[in-house]
Amino acid sequence: MRLVQGLSPEIWTAVRLTIELATLTTAILLVVGTPVAWWLARSHAWWKEGVAAIVALPLVLPPTVLGFYLLVALGPSGPGGVLAGLWGARTLAFTFEGLVIGSVVYSLPFVVQPIRNAFEAMGDRPLEVAATLRASPMRAFWTVAVPLARPGFLTGAVLGFAHTVGEFGVVLMIGGNIPGETKVLSVAIYDFVESLRWREANILAAGMVVFAFAVILAMTLIEKRMRRAGQ
Amino acid sequence: MPIKTGAIAALVVANLLSGPALADQTNVAVAANFTQAAKEIAAAFQAETGHEAVLSFGSTGQLYTQITQDAPFEVFLAADTRRPARALADGFGVEGSDFTYAVGKIVLWSADAALVKGGETLDADGFDRIAIANPDTAPYGAAAVEAMKGLGVYDMLEAKIVQGNNIAQAFQFVETGNAELGFVAKSQIAGNDAGSRWEVPSELYTPIRQDAVMLKKGADNAAAAAFLDFLKGPVADTVIKKYGYGIESGN
Repeated sequence: MRLVQGLSPEIWTAVRLTIELATLTTAILLVVGTPVAWWLARSHAWWKEGVAAIVALPLVLPPTVLGFYLLVALGPSGPGGVLAGLWGARTLAFTFEGLVIGSVVYSLPFVVQPIRNAFEAMGDRPLEVAATLRASPMRAFWTVAVPLARPGFLTGAVLGFAHTVGEFGVVLMIGGNIPGETKVLSVAIYDFVESLRWREANILAAGMVVFAFAVILAMTLIEKRMRRAGQ
Repeated sequence: MPIKTGAIAALVVANLLSGPALADQTNVAVAANFTQAAKEIAAAFQAETGHEAVLSFGSTGQLYTQITQDAPFEVFLAADTRRPARALADGFGVEGSDFTYAVGKIVLWSADAALVKGGETLDADGFDRIAIANPDTAPYGAAAVEAMKGLGVYDMLEAKIVQGNNIAQAFQFVETGNAELGFVAKSQIAGNDAGSRWEVPSELYTPIRQDAVMLKKGADNAAAAAFLDFLKGPVADTVIKKYGYGIESGN
């Protein structure tokens, strides 16, 4: 406990900010990602896999590519600047909102992919049955598809949250390192290492290792249990 | 196949172990602000001596952290005096090899040609964001903070400050217009006339003395010593001045 009490308030600010960012990003991704995943799972459009590839791009692209384009796009000569103009600002870079936009792009595939897989695994049959019972498509979606795809939602939410917590390159490039606004945990660790404050860096880094381990373990256990329950 | 791979691996290892045989090459860690000048100096160095300087760029703090973890650097061109001094104290540097190779200057710069008119630009309310390098890790950032304090505007501006991880990123923030203006290194804008600028008077901040030091890994490498000598010479001096740095008298 003595170890924890010795930590400066800036660390707690970074921890809180990171949790806020990851929570909000996950919530937005579930809202935005679900219809995308549904469409990708059900559509027969020939260009469907093209869209799927675009969604998956952040998996492959280096964060520097995303960071660079986001910096330009969020800036005064990009769409972000236009949006920021609505409340009199010039840019969305260096703001919490800007980080949320960046994180949504960055973590999109981690949420969409598991949900899409879950919708696909379910097949056409449950929805056909629901239709014969005269459930409207909307109703069938909420009462049949969503509950059946629950493991996919859970996996997507956990992965989206964890991946946002682990975000570094993008934040470094568009954040501006503002305490309480854009200075998240990963950037704080980087700063500590650079300024040779290795004690603080160590505490935070070890915390991240424990967090990552807990996430992966929890996910494996949940999936196992759900698979058993589904049988 | 495995035999062939093994043979190649053995060759690679043999090559790595025979380091001194490649004595006409030296690995140099260079602070990001000195990037352009270092490239030009390395080219001139190779033309004159035949030795090759392989340059790695990064922020001074990041490079120093790597040096403490056994990075293969033989010469360290830092952006401050603190890290080279520490390299000596921690036993990574060669005693007596350190010297100031350049004195950095900061400039208040905007991509907008009409914005920066002088120090008074900082008093006015004409901007939302001002970019600096991280003052905890980058000397150029610390100098910017010192200058703002000297002008008595720091408290007023604090909420508008955005930090780049190093001076290159601070420049990027201003260049893309995300910050209307910022404190950048004079070397970064020495080659162009774009935007508007105000060279911060040197009495407003402690001179940014940038020290070089020979690292222990380079102690037996003639190319590393030659590079440091070359850096002190007149050809390098010309390049260093061209990029907007001062030279410490006595070199």
